[in-house]
Amino acid sequence: MEQKFRILLAKPGLDGHDRGIKVIAAALRDAGFEVIYTGLRQTPEQIVEAAIQEDVDAVGMSILSGAHMTLFPAVMKLLKEKGAEDILLFGGGIISEQDAKKLQEAGCGRIFGPGAPTQTVIEYLKDTLPGRRKRESIL
Amino acid sequence: MTVLDRFYKKDRSALSRIISFIENREDGYLELLSRIYNISSNSYKIGITGPPGSGKSTLVDKIAIRYLEKGFSVGIIAVDPTSPFTGGALLGDRIRMQDLASRGEVFIRSMATRGSGGGLSEATREVAIALESYGFDIILIETVGVGQVELDVAGLCDSTVVALVPESGDSVQTLKAGLMEIANIFVVNKADREGSGRLVSELRLMLESRGQKQKEGWILPVIKTEAINGVGIDTLTDKIIDHRKHVENLYTQSGYREKRVKSELITILDRKIRARVLKELLEDNSVDSYVKQIVNGESDPYSITEKLMRKITI
Amino acid sequence: MSDKFDTKVETKGDSKEIARAFAEAKRKWQEDSENSKLKLNRKFTTVSMEEVNPLYTPEDTGGIEEVGPEYLKKLGFPGQYPYTRGVRPNMYRGRIWTMRQFSGFATPKETNRRYHYLLKAGQTGLSVAFDLPTLMGYDSDSPRSAGEVGVCGVAVDTLKDMEIIFDGIGLEKISTSMTINAPSSILLAMYCVVAEKQGVPLHKLTGTLQNDILKEYIAQKEWIYPPEPSLRLIADIMEFCTNNIPKYNTISISGYHIREAGATAAQELAFTLADGFCYVETGINAGLDVDDFAPRLSFFFNSHLDFFEEIAKYRAARRIWARRMKEKYGAKKELSLLMRFHTQTAGCSLTAKQPENNIIRTAYQALAGVLGGTQSLHTNSMDETLALPSEKAVTIALRTQQIISEETGVVNTIDPLAGSYYVEALTDRLEKQAEDYFDEIDRRGGVLKCIEEGFFQKEIADSAYHYQLEIDKGERIIVGVNGYVHEDEKLEIPILEIDESVARDQIAALNKVKEERDNDKVQRSLGELKKVIKTNDNHIPALLECVRCYATEEEIVNVMKSVFGEYVEPPII
Ligand SMILES: Nc1nc2c(ncn2[C@@H]2O[C@H](COP(=O)(O)OP(=O)(O)OP(=O)(O)O)[C@@H](O)[C@H]2O)c(=O)[nH]1
Ligand SMILES: [Mg+2]
Repeated sequence: MEQKFRILLAKPGLDGHDRGIKVIAAALRDAGFEVIYTGLRQTPEQIVEAAIQEDVDAVGMSILSGAHMTLFPAVMKLLKEKGAEDILLFGGGIISEQDAKKLQEAGCGRIFGPGAPTQTVIEYLKDTLPGRRKRESIL
Repeated sequence: MTVLDRFYKKDRSALSRIISFIENREDGYLELLSRIYNISSNSYKIGITGPPGSGKSTLVDKIAIRYLEKGFSVGIIAVDPTSPFTGGALLGDRIRMQDLASRGEVFIRSMATRGSGGGLSEATREVAIALESYGFDIILIETVGVGQVELDVAGLCDSTVVALVPESGDSVQTLKAGLMEIANIFVVNKADREGSGRLVSELRLMLESRGQKQKEGWILPVIKTEAINGVGIDTLTDKIIDHRKHVENLYTQSGYREKRVKSELITILDRKIRARVLKELLEDNSVDSYVKQIVNGESDPYSITEKLMRKITI
Repeated sequence: MSDKFDTKVETKGDSKEIARAFAEAKRKWQEDSENSKLKLNRKFTTVSMEEVNPLYTPEDTGGIEEVGPEYLKKLGFPGQYPYTRGVRPNMYRGRIWTMRQFSGFATPKETNRRYHYLLKAGQTGLSVAFDLPTLMGYDSDSPRSAGEVGVCGVAVDTLKDMEIIFDGIGLEKISTSMTINAPSSILLAMYCVVAEKQGVPLHKLTGTLQNDILKEYIAQKEWIYPPEPSLRLIADIMEFCTNNIPKYNTISISGYHIREAGATAAQELAFTLADGFCYVETGINAGLDVDDFAPRLSFFFNSHLDFFEEIAKYRAARRIWARRMKEKYGAKKELSLLMRFHTQTAGCSLTAKQPENNIIRTAYQALAGVLGGTQSLHTNSMDETLALPSEKAVTIALRTQQIISEETGVVNTIDPLAGSYYVEALTDRLEKQAEDYFDEIDRRGGVLKCIEEGFFQKEIADSAYHYQLEIDKGERIIVGVNGYVHEDEKLEIPILEIDESVARDQIAALNKVKEERDNDKVQRSLGELKKVIKTNDNHIPALLECVRCYATEEEIVNVMKSVFGEYVEPPII
C-alpha cells in the first residue's frame, strides 16, 4: 500500500482568520493526505499533544496575528521535549521574510507567505516527508 | 528499548506509533497483535453511530467526561471517511473533543476509513486491541457519519449507542434495515429541537410493533439528550453501565463468549483470507487480461470466476 | 420583479401616468436636495470646465417612456425608496464620504497621545482597534495572550485603560467607533463609565459599536459564547441604547469579514443582509419597536476587485434592505429603510509579491465603493499582507481617497452608472441571488441553525477553495503572483516591528489596578452580574457596576462563560 501521510493542521494564537488553513486542508485532502484539523485557538501544548496522539508526519500552523515568533518556538520546544522533533513543523501566515528565516534557522520547516500556491505546499510535503520520521524497531 | 517495551511502560507516544504500525499494515503487525491480544482485558468498548451531524462527537466528548469523573481512563477512536477519489481524508472529530484531549487520562486517535465500508476502517478493531492492551478502562468508538447507520461497529463493541436527531429523516420507517439489530441504546439527540418528542414515541412504537423492544432480556431504551448542553448525559451513561452489567451477565452464560470470539475470529479470517486470495489470484495484473476477454466477448465474469476458484487449494 | 415589491408610487398605468409619477418623484427629489442642509462649497465641473448635473435620468437620454414603470420601481431618485441610487438626495454634493482609517496603537497611553494628535488635526471621529486578547475576552496577563498584547490594536483590561485612552478628550464632542464584538457590552459599559466620570450625560454620546456577533460565527471567528446567549446580550445593548444613548449606532452589520473569509459578492451580500434581518428580528422579539432601533443599524461592506460587480452589490444591498424593512418588518420611518454603510477595500486581494501594485488595486476598489454610494471608506495600505502598515503606506492609502474626491470628478453626479445595461443587470442578478439564499436559509431553519450546521462556513470555504484553485491552475491571473512575476524580487518596503515592552508595561499596569481596587466589592459586583444574567433582565446595569469597581474584562467574561458556556466551531472545511 502506498504510504499515507498524516498532517495536523492547527491555528494557534487568538486570531480567527482560517481562510488560508482551510484552503490548505482541502488541498491536502484532495492530494491524498490524511488531514487532522484541530480548529482555532489551540495552545502549543494542545497542538503537540494532538500531534503525538495522532502520530502525524507534519504539523502545519497558520498565524496571522503577529504572534508567530512566540508560537512557533513554543511548539518546536515542546516537540523536542516529547522526543517528537522528527515531526516536521511548517507554517504560513503574515510572516516577514526575516522572521521566516529566523524560524527556519531554529529548525522550523518552510514558512509559506500569503498567496503561496497550494501546489507548492503539496510538493514541499511530498518531497520532505518520505523517510523523515525516525524508524524505531517496534518488536 | 523497542517501541513495544515503551508501550508496556505506558508511554503514550509508543502507543501512538503502535497504532500507526497496525493501521499501516506494516510487516510484522500480526505478530505484534498476537503479542498484545488479551482475551481477559477489562476494557469496555462503546460504539457511537448515527447519521452525519447527529452529535456523535459531542456525545463522545460528554460521555468521556462522565467516565473520567468516575475515575476511569478513556481511549477514543474517531473514524471519518476517506475520499474514494483522492484517497485523502479530513478528520475533524477532534475539534469537539479539544478540552478532553489535553487531559492525561484520555487518548484520542482519528482514523480514516481507507477504503473500507461499514463505517469503520479495517484496522479499527486492531487499533482497539492496542488501546485495550495499553489499559484504557473505557474505549469509545465513533463511526463515520455517512449513510444512516453503520453496522460494523456492533460486532466490535460491547455496547452500541445509535444517535438519531429529529431532522434525520421524515420518519423512522426510512431508517436503514439492521439498525434495530445493532442498537443497544437509542439516543434522540438535539432534544432541544422541535420534533424530538415525536421521534422518541415513533421509535418506541416501532420497536413495539416489530417485537424488538427487548432482546436477550435487555429492554432497548430510548433516551433524549442535548449533547451540547450536557443534558441527559447522566441518564445515558447510567444506561450504558446497566447494559454493561447485562453484557457481563451474558458472558457468564455458557456459549456467549464463544459466540463472540467465533464471530471475531471469522471476521478476521474473512478479511485476511479474502485479501490474500485476491492478491494471489490477481497478481501480475491478470485482472486486466480477464477484463479484456470479457469485453471482447471471449469470456464472461462467471467462467473466469469458476476457473479461478478451481485454482484455490488449501 | 415580482408584485410583492410594488412601491407606493403607482406606476402600472399608461405612459401618461408614468410620466406624471416620474415628474412628481423628480420634483420631490429636487425639493429635498435644495432643502438639504448639507452643501459642499465647490464647483461641480469636469476637468474641461463643463457643467455637470447633479443627477442624470432616462429623461437625459431617450425619455422616461423608454424605460417604462420599471425605473421608478427599481431605481427611483436618490434619497427615495427603494434607495437604489443612494440614501441622500444630494449624495457627495452635500458631503464627501468620511475618510475613516481604522487603527490601533499598543498601549492606552500611546493611543491617547495619537488621538489628541488626530483631534488637533481636525478629525472629529475616533476609531478604536483593540488587540486580540481584548477582542477574545482575555486579560493581558493570561497565558492565552502571550505574544498578542498590543499587537493588532490597543490592550484594554479594566476601566483604567479606557480612562487613559480618553484622558482629556470630551466624549460629548467626538464620535467613537469601537471595533469589538463578543465582549462588546463590556467595552460599551467602560465607555459609559468614562463619560459618567467626565460628567457627560449618556444621551450626548455618539459613535458606533461593531457588535456584530453573527459574522464572527460565519467568518471572523472571534467568538466567546454560543449564538443564542450572544444575541441576548445584543438585545440588551439595543434596549439599553435605545433608552439611554439614542444617538449611538448599536450594530455595524459586517460583510467585510465574510468576504475576506472567501465569500463571493453574492454571498457577502446575502449573508450580511440575512444577519441584519436576524438582528431586526432579535430587536422585535425583545419587545422593541422596529422604528426605534432600526435607524441605529448600519452596515460595513468589502470592496473587492471586480469593479462593476462591487458597485452593483451596494446598489442591490440598499434596495433589498429598504424593501424588506418596509414590506416584511413594517418599518415606517425613512431612517429605518435607509442602508448606510462603511466600506473597506479588500485586504484579501492584496499580494505580498510586488506590494506596490496593491496601491493600484486599492484605488480601483475605493472608486467602486464611491460609485456605489458609500458613507465612509477605509483604504488599505500596500504593505498590509506583510506586517502592520508603515506611516508612508498609510498616507498613500489616504491620498488615494483624496484623489478620488478632489481630482476624478466622480463625485459631481449621483450614481453615475445607473442605466448602464451591465450595471443594472448585475444589480438585478445580485438581488436575485441574495433572495435565493434567503429562501435557502429559511428552508434550513434560519440564520442560527445555518451557523450551527456550518452552512455559511461551508459555502464560504468552498468559494475560497475554488478561487484558490483557479489561481493555482492559472485560470485567473493575479499580477505579480501567477503572471508578470518578477524573479528574485527584493522587498523594499520598511516593516514595522512591535516592541516587546508593550506587554510587560500593560501587565504591570493591570497588576497595579488589581492591588488598588476593593476586591470584595469586585467579587460582590460579579456575583450580582451572575445573578442577573441567569434571568432575562437587562445585564447592562449590573455590568456598569462591575466596570465601576475595576473588574477586569476577563473576570467579567468568565462570569458570563460560567452561565453561557463557550462556543465550539463546527468542523467545516
Ligand atoms: N441543537 C443542538 N445541537 C447539537 C446538539 N449536540 C450537538 N449539536 C451540534 O450538532 C453539530 C454536529 O455535532 P457533532 O458532534 O460534530 O456531530 P457528529 O455526529 O460527530 O458529526 P460527524 O462526525 O460529522 O458525522 C454541532 O454543531 C453541534 O454543536 C444538541 O443537543 N442540540
Ligand atoms: Mg463527529
